[in-house]
Amino acid sequence: MTSITGKSVVDETPSPESPRPLDADVASTGRMGDRIFGIASGGAGLAVVTIVALVGAFLLAQAIPALLDNQANFLTTWSWHTANPLAFGIAGLMWATLASSLVALVVAVPLSMAIALFLTQYAPGWLAKPAAAVIDLLAAVPSIVYGLWGAYTVAAKWAPIQDWLSSTLGWIPIFHPVKGVTGGSTIFLVGLVLAIMILPIITAISREVFAQTPNAHKEGAYALGATKWEMIRTAVLPFGRPGVISASMLGLGRALGETIAVLMILSTLPNGAPWSWSLFNGGSTFASKIANDAAEFTGGTSTGAYIAAGLVLFVLTFVVNAIARIIIERRKAFTE
Amino acid sequence: MSTDIAPTSSSGFDHRSGSRTAKNTLATIVMWGAFLIALIPLGWILWVVMTKGFHVLLSTTWWQKDQSGALPAGFDHLVRGARHAIVGTLLMSALTSLISVPIAVFTAIYLVEYGRGRTARLVSFMVDIMSGIPSIVAALFIFAAWVSTFGIKLIPACSSLALAILMIPVVTRSTEEMLKLVPSELREAAYALGVPKWRTILFVVLPTALSGIVTGILLGFSRVAGETAPLLILAYYSPYLNQNLFSGSMGALPTLINDQFHNFGDPIASERVWGAAATLILMVLVINLLGRFVGRFAKVKG
Repeated sequence: MTSITGKSVVDETPSPESPRPLDADVASTGRMGDRIFGIASGGAGLAVVTIVALVGAFLLAQAIPALLDNQANFLTTWSWHTANPLAFGIAGLMWATLASSLVALVVAVPLSMAIALFLTQYAPGWLAKPAAAVIDLLAAVPSIVYGLWGAYTVAAKWAPIQDWLSSTLGWIPIFHPVKGVTGGSTIFLVGLVLAIMILPIITAISREVFAQTPNAHKEGAYALGATKWEMIRTAVLPFGRPGVISASMLGLGRALGETIAVLMILSTLPNGAPWSWSLFNGGSTFASKIANDAAEFTGGTSTGAYIAAGLVLFVLTFVVNAIARIIIERRKAFTE
Repeated sequence: MSTDIAPTSSSGFDHRSGSRTAKNTLATIVMWGAFLIALIPLGWILWVVMTKGFHVLLSTTWWQKDQSGALPAGFDHLVRGARHAIVGTLLMSALTSLISVPIAVFTAIYLVEYGRGRTARLVSFMVDIMSGIPSIVAALFIFAAWVSTFGIKLIPACSSLALAILMIPVVTRSTEEMLKLVPSELREAAYALGVPKWRTILFVVLPTALSGIVTGILLGFSRVAGETAPLLILAYYSPYLNQNLFSGSMGALPTLINDQFHNFGDPIASERVWGAAATLILMVLVINLLGRFVGRFAKVKG
């Protein structure tokens, strides 16, 4: 039940047969031991809430001075100058972050869904468990190893494919070749590597949801003469849709915040490089920008600029994860 | 006459149109194909890292020495050791576990045994949010608090604080799931014998769920051991062995890779990179598989 990603929807999506959730038992005797234990566990719960609140509070407090000193528009400026005078904006970081994460989602979601369906509906009994464990192992590979692999091994192999794509499909803005950016270390490749990194989390959650499809739905579809694929389309997919959407949001959250793999793969652009729609461009994401310049952090106002970028990333992932959670909650209410 | 009542499988009753059969076959191929495609990167990564890095691990120097005496890239002809980085990674991850396990286990106990209603939902929601906090944001938070606000010098333990933010939700969720699986009858039996609630939790519920908790801790440990981003901000890389988490700077396997990656063109530096990558991936995979094994070996005894 426990997945490597630490995420599970088992507890969120009770099946009709599962026992009722535990009821509140008021077994506390009011003795010293009971009170201490109650306070300790309540305190730990409170600590979690406090830590998340503190993350937001400290980032905000340290970002404000830098934002007040900022000579440029924070949201629309493409360049990033943290030497005096401060003039920085997140438009470029936002574009690279969203573009690479969306590429990752577009690749990873269909692939993960197919793998989850394979694991729950197609794989023979002896294969299902080890196969799921192997997919989970992808989540255990440290991100710096992904970065090393992507930058050193894949980029060289990807470059000719990318050249071919931009020469044949170059009329589509996102495949437009970019002057001065050679080699495979582009936003698109980062998206592909991110896709592999978020694949296990999306697969793990989709798998759990698909496995909970009521047998009555499946048998009903078969009884009406459906083929296996038609059964999946009419019974499994509709049942699992909220779970898949929620899983994709969690995957998106991971992709948005990935740091070292992006830093190692993506070639950076000089300040003020012209922006283009092309995915065959370099750039920096929020996370890779912060990590790249970490050596310059002094704790002063210039560091505040990076903290402001981190705050935006925090808010982004907060929203994405909250949406994922809400979708699951609504589904739970619906199944009960 | 007799031929009429024989099962007529080909008589059209269960006949499917060609396109439906074709779609079904295509779907089967796509599902198998997707799984096989996902195996490629895993195999490829392991292959690349092991073919380039495994021979480095065979030298005893790698495990016994640190990088002291290393000359600038291009002038050094010895790979030297990674003891400082291995020790650093283990120490930082151990401190991280020490910080996060109590908080995580108690939070899980709160969610399952105590929490009801709105507060419990808020805590559960925040655990989810916490598990989505990017590692770089956790590191920035510690930096903003430790250095920017309080002006204290960074110590290696700062990394553990940031890593704890990543580990707490992993351990909380897996512990919570295990506690939920403990049958209520066990608790009720304890209560019926007059055992107070805290002793019931400590001596009945937790031991029953112990394997799951250990699994969660090992999975969390393997996750933080491979984290790089917080170390880039909070732990300055040092090529020398440092066993004190509370002073100086400390190397770790990810930061060793990052440090040597800058001179990747140099054959010695690239040996170190692949060696460190192989060490890290082996360490993480072994701990991870151990965690799974514990989880499978001892399920909740219901």
